[in-house]
Amino acid sequence: MPQVIIHQAIQETLRSPLVQVSRVSKQFGSKRVLREIDFEVAEHELVVVVGRSGCGKSTLLRLLAGLESASEGQIFVDGRALKGPNAVARLMFQSSALLPWKTVLGNVALAAPRTREAPAIAMEALRQVGLADRTKDWPSILSGGQQQRVALARALASQAALLLLDEPLGALDALTRLEMQALVEKIWAKRRFSVVLVTHDVEEAVTLADRVLVMKQGEFVYEQQILLARPRARTSGEFVQLKEEILLRVMGS
Amino acid sequence: MKSAAFNHILPWLLPLGLLVIWQSLTSAGILAGRILPSPVAVLLAGIRLTETGELPLHLFESFRRASTGLLIGGSLGLFLGLLNGLSRLADRLFDSSVQMVRNIPHLAMIPLVILWFGIGEEAKLFLITIGVFFPIYINTVHGIRSIDFRLIEMGQSYGLGRFRLFWNVVLPGALPSILVGLRYALGIMWLTLIVAETIACDNGIGYMTMNARDFLQTDVVLLGICLYALLGKAADMVTRLLERWLLRWNPVYNT
Repeated sequence: MPQVIIHQAIQETLRSPLVQVSRVSKQFGSKRVLREIDFEVAEHELVVVVGRSGCGKSTLLRLLAGLESASEGQIFVDGRALKGPNAVARLMFQSSALLPWKTVLGNVALAAPRTREAPAIAMEALRQVGLADRTKDWPSILSGGQQQRVALARALASQAALLLLDEPLGALDALTRLEMQALVEKIWAKRRFSVVLVTHDVEEAVTLADRVLVMKQGEFVYEQQILLARPRARTSGEFVQLKEEILLRVMGS
Repeated sequence: MKSAAFNHILPWLLPLGLLVIWQSLTSAGILAGRILPSPVAVLLAGIRLTETGELPLHLFESFRRASTGLLIGGSLGLFLGLLNGLSRLADRLFDSSVQMVRNIPHLAMIPLVILWFGIGEEAKLFLITIGVFFPIYINTVHGIRSIDFRLIEMGQSYGLGRFRLFWNVVLPGALPSILVGLRYALGIMWLTLIVAETIACDNGIGYMTMNARDFLQTDVVLLGICLYALLGKAADMVTRLLERWLLRWNPVYNT
Protein backbone atom coordinates (compact mmCIF):
# COMPACT_ATOMS: atom_id res chain seq x y z
CA MET A 1 0.00 0.00 0.00
CA PRO A 2 1.53 3.27 -1.11
CA GLN A 3 0.09 5.14 1.86
CA VAL A 4 1.97 2.95 4.28
CA ILE A 5 5.19 3.43 2.36
CA ILE A 6 4.84 7.22 2.39
CA HIS A 7 3.99 7.18 6.09
CA GLN A 8 7.07 5.08 6.71
CA ALA A 9 9.25 7.37 4.61
CA ILE A 10 8.10 10.41 6.60
CA GLN A 11 8.87 8.59 9.83
CA GLU A 12 12.34 7.67 8.61
CA THR A 13 13.20 11.28 7.82
CA LEU A 14 11.74 12.57 11.07
CA ARG A 15 13.74 10.16 13.11
CA SER A 16 17.31 11.34 13.24
CA PRO A 17 19.61 8.83 14.95
CA LEU A 18 20.07 9.43 18.67
CA VAL A 19 22.72 6.77 19.05
CA GLN A 20 25.01 5.45 16.40
CA VAL A 21 27.21 2.42 17.00
CA SER A 22 29.95 2.13 14.43
CA ARG A 23 31.98 -1.07 13.98
CA VAL A 24 32.19 -1.69 17.71
CA SER A 25 33.97 -4.74 19.09
CA LYS A 26 34.44 -5.70 22.71
CA GLN A 27 36.96 -8.13 24.01
CA PHE A 28 37.34 -9.53 27.54
CA GLY A 29 40.76 -11.08 27.66
CA SER A 30 40.92 -13.38 24.66
CA LYS A 31 37.15 -13.70 24.45
CA ARG A 32 35.50 -11.59 21.78
CA VAL A 33 32.01 -10.72 23.04
CA LEU A 34 30.97 -8.25 20.33
CA ARG A 35 32.16 -8.37 16.70
CA GLU A 36 32.10 -5.18 14.65
CA ILE A 37 28.58 -4.18 15.54
CA ASP A 38 26.83 -1.51 13.46
CA PHE A 39 23.64 -0.27 14.97
CA GLU A 40 21.47 2.83 15.22
CA VAL A 41 18.71 3.95 17.49
CA ALA A 42 16.43 6.71 16.23
CA GLU A 43 14.70 9.23 18.45
CA HIS A 44 11.58 7.80 20.03
CA GLU A 45 12.33 4.36 18.64
CA LEU A 46 11.82 1.18 20.64
CA VAL A 47 14.44 -1.35 19.63
CA VAL A 48 14.46 -4.85 21.09
CA VAL A 49 17.56 -7.03 20.94
CA VAL A 50 16.77 -10.72 21.28
CA GLY A 51 19.31 -13.41 21.91
CA ARG A 52 20.18 -16.35 24.11
CA SER A 53 22.10 -15.76 27.30
CA GLY A 54 25.78 -15.05 26.75
CA CYS A 55 25.31 -13.74 23.21
CA GLY A 56 26.70 -10.32 24.13
CA LYS A 57 23.47 -8.34 24.36
CA SER A 58 24.04 -7.18 27.93
CA THR A 59 27.55 -6.09 27.04
CA LEU A 60 26.11 -3.99 24.23
CA LEU A 61 23.86 -2.21 26.73
CA ARG A 62 26.74 -1.58 29.11
CA LEU A 63 28.69 -0.06 26.23
CA LEU A 64 25.72 2.14 25.33
CA ALA A 65 25.45 3.23 28.99
CA GLY A 66 29.14 4.07 28.96
CA LEU A 67 29.89 1.70 31.84
CA GLU A 68 32.39 -0.12 29.65
CA SER A 69 34.39 1.20 26.73
CA ALA A 70 34.63 -0.44 23.34
CA SER A 71 37.80 -2.33 22.39
CA GLU A 72 37.40 -1.15 18.81
CA GLY A 73 35.02 1.20 17.03
CA GLN A 74 33.03 4.10 18.39
CA ILE A 75 29.66 5.02 19.77
CA PHE A 76 28.15 8.39 18.89
CA VAL A 77 25.47 10.02 20.98
CA ASP A 78 23.78 12.99 19.32
CA GLY A 79 26.71 13.03 16.91
CA ARG A 80 29.39 13.16 19.60
CA ALA A 81 31.73 10.29 20.44
CA LEU A 82 30.88 8.72 23.81
CA LYS A 83 33.44 8.88 26.60
CA GLY A 84 32.64 7.75 30.14
CA PRO A 85 29.08 7.38 31.49
CA ASN A 86 26.44 8.22 28.89
CA ALA A 87 24.66 11.28 30.29
CA VAL A 88 21.49 10.84 28.24
CA ALA A 89 21.08 7.10 28.91
CA ARG A 90 19.69 5.25 31.93
CA LEU A 91 20.31 1.55 32.46
CA MET A 92 17.72 -0.63 34.20
CA PHE A 93 18.87 -4.01 35.42
CA GLN A 94 17.11 -7.25 36.19
CA SER A 95 17.58 -6.37 39.85
CA SER A 96 15.98 -3.05 40.64
CA ALA A 97 19.19 -1.69 42.29
CA LEU A 98 17.14 0.53 44.61
CA LEU A 99 18.96 2.04 47.58
CA PRO A 100 17.45 0.16 50.53
CA TRP A 101 18.15 3.07 52.90
CA LYS A 102 16.11 5.55 50.90
CA THR A 103 12.34 5.67 50.73
CA VAL A 104 10.58 5.07 47.45
CA LEU A 105 10.35 8.81 46.88
CA GLY A 106 13.97 9.35 47.95
CA ASN A 107 15.17 6.78 45.44
CA VAL A 108 13.30 8.40 42.60
CA ALA A 109 14.14 11.96 43.63
CA LEU A 110 17.86 11.11 43.63
CA ALA A 111 17.67 10.69 39.86
CA ALA A 112 15.61 13.80 39.16
CA PRO A 113 17.41 16.91 37.90
CA ARG A 114 18.88 18.85 40.84
CA THR A 115 16.39 21.65 40.97
CA ARG A 116 13.71 22.75 43.39
CA GLU A 117 11.19 20.77 41.37
CA ALA A 118 12.97 17.43 41.99
CA PRO A 119 10.38 16.12 44.49
CA ALA A 120 7.53 17.14 42.20
CA ILE A 121 9.16 15.43 39.23
CA ALA A 122 9.71 12.30 41.32
CA MET A 123 6.08 12.35 42.47
CA GLU A 124 4.89 12.66 38.89
CA ALA A 125 7.05 9.72 37.80
CA LEU A 126 5.70 7.59 40.66
CA ARG A 127 2.15 8.54 39.69
CA GLN A 128 2.84 7.34 36.17
CA VAL A 129 3.93 3.91 37.35
CA GLY A 130 0.99 3.77 39.74
CA LEU A 131 2.89 3.95 43.03
CA ALA A 132 1.97 7.44 44.21
CA ASP A 133 0.61 5.96 47.45
CA ARG A 134 3.84 4.15 48.40
CA THR A 135 6.20 7.13 48.45
CA LYS A 136 7.16 6.84 52.13
CA ASP A 137 7.74 3.07 52.14
CA TRP A 138 11.13 1.37 52.28
CA PRO A 139 11.95 -0.62 49.13
CA SER A 140 12.37 -3.81 51.16
CA ILE A 141 8.65 -4.10 51.84
CA LEU A 142 7.65 -3.80 48.17
CA SER A 143 7.07 -6.80 45.89
CA GLY A 144 9.51 -7.53 43.05
CA GLY A 145 7.17 -6.00 40.49
CA GLN A 146 6.67 -2.87 42.56
CA GLN A 147 10.44 -2.51 43.01
CA GLN A 148 10.87 -2.65 39.24
CA ARG A 149 8.18 -0.02 38.86
CA VAL A 150 10.07 2.23 41.26
CA ALA A 151 13.23 1.63 39.20
CA LEU A 152 11.25 2.56 36.10
CA ALA A 153 9.97 5.72 37.80
CA ARG A 154 13.55 6.58 38.73
CA ALA A 155 14.60 6.24 35.10
CA LEU A 156 11.66 8.43 34.07
CA ALA A 157 12.45 11.07 36.68
CA SER A 158 15.97 11.39 35.33
CA GLN A 159 14.37 12.58 32.06
CA ALA A 160 16.85 10.62 29.99
CA ALA A 161 16.55 10.48 26.22
CA LEU A 162 17.54 6.81 26.05
CA LEU A 163 16.30 4.04 28.31
CA LEU A 164 18.40 0.86 28.33
CA LEU A 165 16.49 -2.09 29.72
CA ASP A 166 18.51 -5.21 30.56
CA GLU A 167 15.85 -7.90 30.97
CA PRO A 168 14.16 -5.72 33.58
CA LEU A 169 11.13 -7.98 33.55
CA GLY A 170 13.10 -11.23 33.69
CA ALA A 171 12.67 -11.83 37.40
CA LEU A 172 8.94 -11.08 37.48
CA ASP A 173 6.10 -13.57 37.46
CA ALA A 174 4.17 -13.97 34.20
CA LEU A 175 1.20 -11.78 35.11
CA THR A 176 3.27 -8.93 36.58
CA ARG A 177 5.39 -9.15 33.48
CA LEU A 178 2.45 -8.55 31.16
CA GLU A 179 1.39 -5.61 33.31
CA MET A 180 4.88 -4.15 33.19
CA GLN A 181 5.08 -4.55 29.40
CA ALA A 182 1.86 -2.62 29.02
CA LEU A 183 3.10 0.04 31.43
CA VAL A 184 6.42 0.46 29.62
CA GLU A 185 4.60 0.74 26.30
CA LYS A 186 2.10 3.28 27.65
CA ILE A 187 4.75 5.53 29.19
CA TRP A 188 7.02 5.22 26.17
CA ALA A 189 4.15 6.31 23.89
CA LYS A 190 3.52 9.35 26.09
CA ARG A 191 7.08 10.52 26.62
CA ARG A 192 9.41 10.90 23.71
CA PHE A 193 12.42 8.84 24.73
CA SER A 194 14.12 5.98 22.89
CA VAL A 195 14.36 2.49 24.30
CA VAL A 196 16.79 -0.36 23.77
CA LEU A 197 15.37 -3.45 25.46
CA VAL A 198 17.37 -6.63 25.74
CA THR A 199 15.47 -9.87 26.30
CA HIS A 200 15.36 -13.56 25.50
CA ASP A 201 11.57 -13.51 25.34
CA VAL A 202 10.52 -13.34 21.69
CA GLU A 203 6.89 -12.64 22.51
CA GLU A 204 7.93 -9.66 24.62
CA ALA A 205 10.02 -8.44 21.71
CA VAL A 206 7.18 -8.63 19.18
CA THR A 207 4.78 -7.02 21.67
CA LEU A 208 6.92 -3.96 22.28
CA ALA A 209 9.35 -3.42 19.43
CA ASP A 210 9.42 -1.02 16.50
CA ARG A 211 12.33 -3.10 15.34
CA VAL A 212 13.68 -6.45 16.51
CA LEU A 213 17.33 -7.40 16.19
CA VAL A 214 18.52 -10.94 16.77
CA MET A 215 21.98 -11.28 18.23
CA LYS A 216 24.13 -14.38 18.08
CA GLN A 217 27.68 -14.76 19.32
CA GLY A 218 28.30 -11.05 19.30
CA GLU A 219 26.77 -10.31 15.91
CA PHE A 220 23.38 -9.21 14.61
CA VAL A 221 22.09 -11.98 12.37
CA TYR A 222 18.58 -10.77 11.65
CA GLU A 223 16.56 -7.56 11.66
CA GLN A 224 12.80 -7.17 11.48
CA GLN A 225 10.58 -4.08 11.51
CA ILE A 226 7.35 -4.62 13.39
CA LEU A 227 4.65 -2.40 11.99
CA LEU A 228 1.64 -3.87 13.81
CA ALA A 229 -0.68 -1.33 15.44
CA ARG A 230 -0.36 -0.86 19.19
CA PRO A 231 -1.37 -2.23 21.60
CA ARG A 232 -0.77 -5.51 19.87
CA ALA A 233 -2.99 -8.55 20.12
CA ARG A 234 -0.81 -11.55 20.82
CA THR A 235 -3.18 -13.93 19.10
CA SER A 236 -3.39 -12.22 15.69
CA GLY A 237 -2.06 -14.18 12.73
CA GLU A 238 0.59 -11.61 11.86
CA PHE A 239 1.82 -11.48 15.45
CA VAL A 240 2.19 -15.25 15.66
CA GLN A 241 3.88 -15.37 12.28
CA LEU A 242 6.45 -12.73 13.25
CA LYS A 243 7.05 -14.47 16.54
CA GLU A 244 7.66 -17.82 14.85
CA GLU A 245 9.96 -16.23 12.28
CA ILE A 246 12.10 -14.51 14.94
CA LEU A 247 12.12 -17.54 17.20
CA LEU A 248 13.44 -19.60 14.30
CA ARG A 249 16.31 -17.13 13.84
CA VAL A 250 17.12 -17.15 17.55
CA MET A 251 17.11 -20.93 17.79
CA GLY A 252 18.47 -21.83 14.35
CA SER A 253 22.08 -22.82 13.95
CA MET B 1 -0.02 -7.64 75.63
CA LYS B 2 1.09 -10.37 77.95
CA SER B 3 3.76 -11.86 75.68
CA ALA B 4 5.35 -8.46 75.01
CA ALA B 5 5.67 -7.76 78.73
CA PHE B 6 7.06 -11.24 79.25
CA ASN B 7 9.62 -10.62 76.51
CA HIS B 8 10.75 -7.47 78.24
CA ILE B 9 11.16 -9.17 81.60
CA LEU B 10 12.87 -12.30 80.26
CA PRO B 11 16.43 -10.89 79.89
CA TRP B 12 16.34 -9.62 83.49
CA LEU B 13 15.25 -12.93 85.05
CA LEU B 14 18.76 -14.37 85.24
CA PRO B 15 20.50 -11.34 86.83
CA LEU B 16 17.61 -10.92 89.27
CA GLY B 17 17.72 -14.61 90.19
CA LEU B 18 21.45 -14.38 90.87
CA LEU B 19 20.87 -11.35 93.10
CA VAL B 20 18.24 -13.25 95.09
CA ILE B 21 20.53 -16.28 95.56
CA TRP B 22 23.44 -14.02 96.49
CA GLN B 23 21.32 -12.13 99.04
CA SER B 24 19.96 -15.30 100.63
CA LEU B 25 23.43 -16.91 100.89
CA THR B 26 24.83 -13.88 102.69
CA SER B 27 21.75 -13.42 104.90
CA ALA B 28 21.93 -17.07 105.93
CA GLY B 29 25.57 -16.50 106.91
CA ILE B 30 26.92 -19.09 104.47
CA LEU B 31 29.11 -16.43 102.85
CA ALA B 32 31.09 -14.15 105.13
CA GLY B 33 30.35 -10.43 104.66
CA ARG B 34 34.09 -9.73 104.46
CA ILE B 35 34.44 -12.01 101.40
CA LEU B 36 31.19 -11.17 99.67
CA PRO B 37 28.94 -8.46 101.11
CA SER B 38 25.23 -8.79 100.37
CA PRO B 39 23.62 -6.92 97.44
CA VAL B 40 21.86 -4.73 99.97
CA ALA B 41 25.23 -3.79 101.50
CA VAL B 42 26.56 -2.90 98.03
CA LEU B 43 23.48 -0.80 97.39
CA LEU B 44 23.92 0.94 100.74
CA ALA B 45 27.55 1.66 99.90
CA GLY B 46 26.34 3.19 96.66
CA ILE B 47 23.85 5.40 98.48
CA ARG B 48 26.46 6.41 101.06
CA LEU B 49 28.99 7.41 98.40
CA THR B 50 26.35 9.27 96.44
CA GLU B 51 25.48 11.28 99.54
CA THR B 52 29.11 12.25 100.09
CA GLY B 53 29.31 13.26 96.41
CA GLU B 54 32.20 10.85 95.71
CA LEU B 55 30.33 8.48 93.45
CA PRO B 56 28.87 11.11 91.07
CA LEU B 57 32.32 12.68 90.76
CA HIS B 58 34.00 9.35 89.92
CA LEU B 59 31.22 8.41 87.52
CA PHE B 60 31.48 11.73 85.76
CA GLU B 61 35.28 11.51 85.44
CA SER B 62 35.13 7.96 84.06
CA PHE B 63 32.41 8.91 81.63
CA ARG B 64 34.32 11.98 80.45
CA ARG B 65 37.48 9.95 79.95
CA ALA B 66 35.72 7.15 78.09
CA SER B 67 33.75 9.43 75.79
CA THR B 68 36.74 11.67 74.98
CA GLY B 69 38.85 8.64 74.07
CA LEU B 70 36.01 7.16 72.03
CA LEU B 71 35.47 10.42 70.20
CA ILE B 72 39.13 10.86 69.27
CA GLY B 73 39.89 7.21 68.46
CA GLY B 74 36.55 6.66 66.77
CA SER B 75 36.91 9.70 64.52
CA LEU B 76 40.45 8.70 63.55
CA GLY B 77 39.34 5.12 62.84
CA LEU B 78 36.37 6.30 60.81
CA PHE B 79 38.46 8.77 58.84
CA LEU B 80 41.26 6.34 57.98
CA GLY B 81 38.73 3.58 57.32
CA LEU B 82 36.84 5.76 54.84
CA LEU B 83 40.08 6.87 53.23
CA ASN B 84 41.39 3.33 52.78
CA GLY B 85 38.00 1.99 51.79
CA LEU B 86 37.63 4.58 49.04
CA SER B 87 41.18 4.87 47.75
CA ARG B 88 43.22 1.89 46.59
CA LEU B 89 46.33 4.02 46.82
CA ALA B 90 45.77 4.97 50.46
CA ASP B 91 44.92 1.36 51.25
CA ARG B 92 48.18 0.10 49.74
CA LEU B 93 50.08 2.77 51.63
CA PHE B 94 48.52 2.47 55.10
CA ASP B 95 46.72 -0.81 55.57
CA SER B 96 49.59 -3.22 56.15
CA SER B 97 51.15 -0.85 58.71
CA VAL B 98 47.83 -0.52 60.50
CA GLN B 99 47.46 -4.30 60.57
CA MET B 100 50.93 -4.65 62.10
CA VAL B 101 50.22 -2.19 64.88
CA ARG B 102 46.80 -3.74 65.43
CA ASN B 103 48.36 -7.02 66.45
CA ILE B 104 50.12 -5.44 69.40
CA PRO B 105 47.80 -5.75 72.42
CA HIS B 106 47.31 -2.09 73.25
CA LEU B 107 47.53 -2.72 76.98
CA ALA B 108 51.05 -4.03 76.42
CA MET B 109 51.99 -0.46 75.56
CA ILE B 110 51.28 0.77 79.10
CA PRO B 111 54.95 0.95 80.18
CA LEU B 112 55.84 2.88 77.04
CA VAL B 113 52.81 5.12 77.38
CA ILE B 114 53.79 5.97 80.95
CA LEU B 115 57.31 6.80 79.80
CA TRP B 116 55.92 9.04 77.09
CA PHE B 117 53.06 10.78 78.80
CA GLY B 118 53.74 10.16 82.48
CA ILE B 119 50.82 9.03 84.57
CA GLY B 120 48.58 11.94 83.69
CA GLU B 121 45.34 12.18 81.79
CA GLU B 122 47.00 12.00 78.36
CA ALA B 123 48.24 8.47 78.95
CA LYS B 124 44.73 7.20 79.70
CA LEU B 125 43.16 8.97 76.74
CA PHE B 126 45.92 7.65 74.50
CA LEU B 127 45.25 4.06 75.56
CA ILE B 128 41.50 4.36 75.02
CA THR B 129 42.05 6.09 71.69
CA ILE B 130 44.26 3.26 70.41
CA GLY B 131 41.87 0.66 71.78
CA VAL B 132 38.77 1.97 69.99
CA PHE B 133 40.58 2.97 66.81
CA PHE B 134 41.06 -0.52 65.36
CA PRO B 135 37.58 -2.04 65.55
CA ILE B 136 36.08 1.07 63.97
CA TYR B 137 38.79 1.24 61.32
CA ILE B 138 38.49 -2.40 60.30
CA ASN B 139 34.71 -2.43 60.19
CA THR B 140 34.55 0.82 58.22
CA VAL B 141 36.89 -0.57 55.55
CA HIS B 142 34.96 -3.83 55.50
CA GLY B 143 31.65 -1.98 55.26
CA ILE B 144 32.77 -0.01 52.23
CA ARG B 145 34.21 -3.08 50.54
CA SER B 146 31.02 -5.06 50.96
CA ILE B 147 28.67 -2.52 49.37
CA ASP B 148 26.68 -4.07 46.52
CA PHE B 149 28.62 -3.09 43.42
CA ARG B 150 25.44 -2.74 41.39
CA LEU B 151 24.37 0.16 43.61
CA ILE B 152 27.62 2.02 42.93
CA GLU B 153 27.20 1.32 39.23
CA MET B 154 23.62 2.59 39.39
CA GLY B 155 24.87 5.79 41.01
CA GLN B 156 27.47 6.28 38.30
CA SER B 157 24.96 5.52 35.58
CA TYR B 158 22.68 8.19 37.07
CA GLY B 159 25.49 10.70 36.94
CA LEU B 160 25.95 11.15 40.70
CA GLY B 161 29.16 13.05 41.40
CA ARG B 162 31.72 11.80 43.91
CA PHE B 163 30.21 13.69 46.82
CA ARG B 164 26.62 12.62 46.19
CA LEU B 165 27.74 9.05 45.54
CA PHE B 166 29.55 9.00 48.89
CA TRP B 167 26.72 10.60 50.81
CA ASN B 168 23.84 8.65 49.26
CA VAL B 169 25.36 5.27 48.48
CA VAL B 170 28.73 4.57 50.10
CA LEU B 171 28.24 5.90 53.63
CA PRO B 172 24.75 4.48 54.23
CA GLY B 173 25.91 1.21 52.69
CA ALA B 174 28.84 0.96 55.08
CA LEU B 175 26.86 2.11 58.12
CA PRO B 176 25.65 -1.31 59.37
CA SER B 177 29.26 -2.48 59.49
CA ILE B 178 30.49 0.77 61.09
CA LEU B 179 27.93 0.35 63.87
CA VAL B 180 29.13 -3.20 64.52
CA GLY B 181 32.61 -1.66 64.86
CA LEU B 182 31.22 0.86 67.33
CA ARG B 183 29.81 -1.89 69.52
CA TYR B 184 33.14 -3.70 69.58
CA ALA B 185 34.86 -0.40 70.30
CA LEU B 186 32.59 0.25 73.29
CA GLY B 187 33.58 -3.09 74.82
CA ILE B 188 37.25 -2.29 74.41
CA MET B 189 36.65 1.22 75.71
CA TRP B 190 35.40 -0.02 79.11
CA LEU B 191 38.13 -2.63 79.35
CA THR B 192 40.83 -0.05 78.68
CA LEU B 193 39.24 2.43 81.04
CA ILE B 194 39.27 -0.06 83.93
CA VAL B 195 42.93 -0.87 83.42
CA ALA B 196 43.95 2.74 82.82
CA GLU B 197 42.19 3.94 85.95
CA THR B 198 43.81 1.38 88.16
CA ILE B 199 47.37 2.31 87.16
CA ALA B 200 47.72 5.75 88.57
CA CYS B 201 44.75 7.96 89.03
CA ASP B 202 42.97 10.05 91.59
CA ASN B 203 39.43 9.80 90.33
CA GLY B 204 37.16 7.55 88.31
CA ILE B 205 35.44 4.26 89.09
CA GLY B 206 38.72 2.36 88.69
CA TYR B 207 40.43 4.57 91.24
CA MET B 208 37.47 4.22 93.61
CA THR B 209 37.70 0.42 93.48
CA MET B 210 41.48 0.28 93.92
CA ASN B 211 41.28 2.71 96.79
CA ALA B 212 38.54 0.67 98.43
CA ARG B 213 40.71 -2.44 98.15
CA ASP B 214 43.41 -0.72 100.20
CA PHE B 215 40.88 -0.06 102.94
CA LEU B 216 39.33 -3.54 102.67
CA GLN B 217 35.96 -2.06 101.67
CA THR B 218 34.72 -5.10 99.76
CA ASP B 219 31.28 -3.53 99.32
CA VAL B 220 32.74 -0.56 97.41
CA VAL B 221 34.87 -2.89 95.27
CA LEU B 222 31.75 -4.82 94.33
CA LEU B 223 29.91 -1.57 93.72
CA GLY B 224 32.59 -0.59 91.21
CA ILE B 225 32.35 -3.93 89.43
CA CYS B 226 28.55 -3.71 89.25
CA LEU B 227 28.82 -0.17 87.90
CA TYR B 228 31.06 -1.36 85.08
CA ALA B 229 28.49 -3.99 84.18
CA LEU B 230 25.69 -1.43 84.18
CA LEU B 231 27.67 1.16 82.22
CA GLY B 232 28.63 -1.45 79.64
CA LYS B 233 25.02 -2.52 79.32
CA ALA B 234 23.88 1.11 79.01
CA ALA B 235 26.41 1.83 76.25
CA ASP B 236 25.27 -1.28 74.41
CA MET B 237 21.65 -0.22 74.68
CA VAL B 238 22.44 3.22 73.29
CA THR B 239 24.17 1.63 70.28
CA ARG B 240 21.23 -0.68 69.72
CA LEU B 241 18.86 2.27 69.73
CA LEU B 242 21.18 4.06 67.32
CA GLU B 243 21.18 0.98 65.06
CA ARG B 244 17.41 0.78 65.15
CA TRP B 245 17.06 4.38 64.15
CA LEU B 246 19.85 4.62 61.57
CA LEU B 247 19.11 1.23 60.03
CA ARG B 248 15.33 1.46 60.24
CA TRP B 249 15.19 0.78 56.49
CA ASN B 250 16.53 -2.72 57.14
CA PRO B 251 13.79 -5.24 57.94
CA VAL B 252 16.17 -6.97 60.37
CA TYR B 253 16.13 -3.95 62.69
CA ASN B 254 12.55 -3.03 62.02
CA THR B 255 10.80 -5.39 64.41
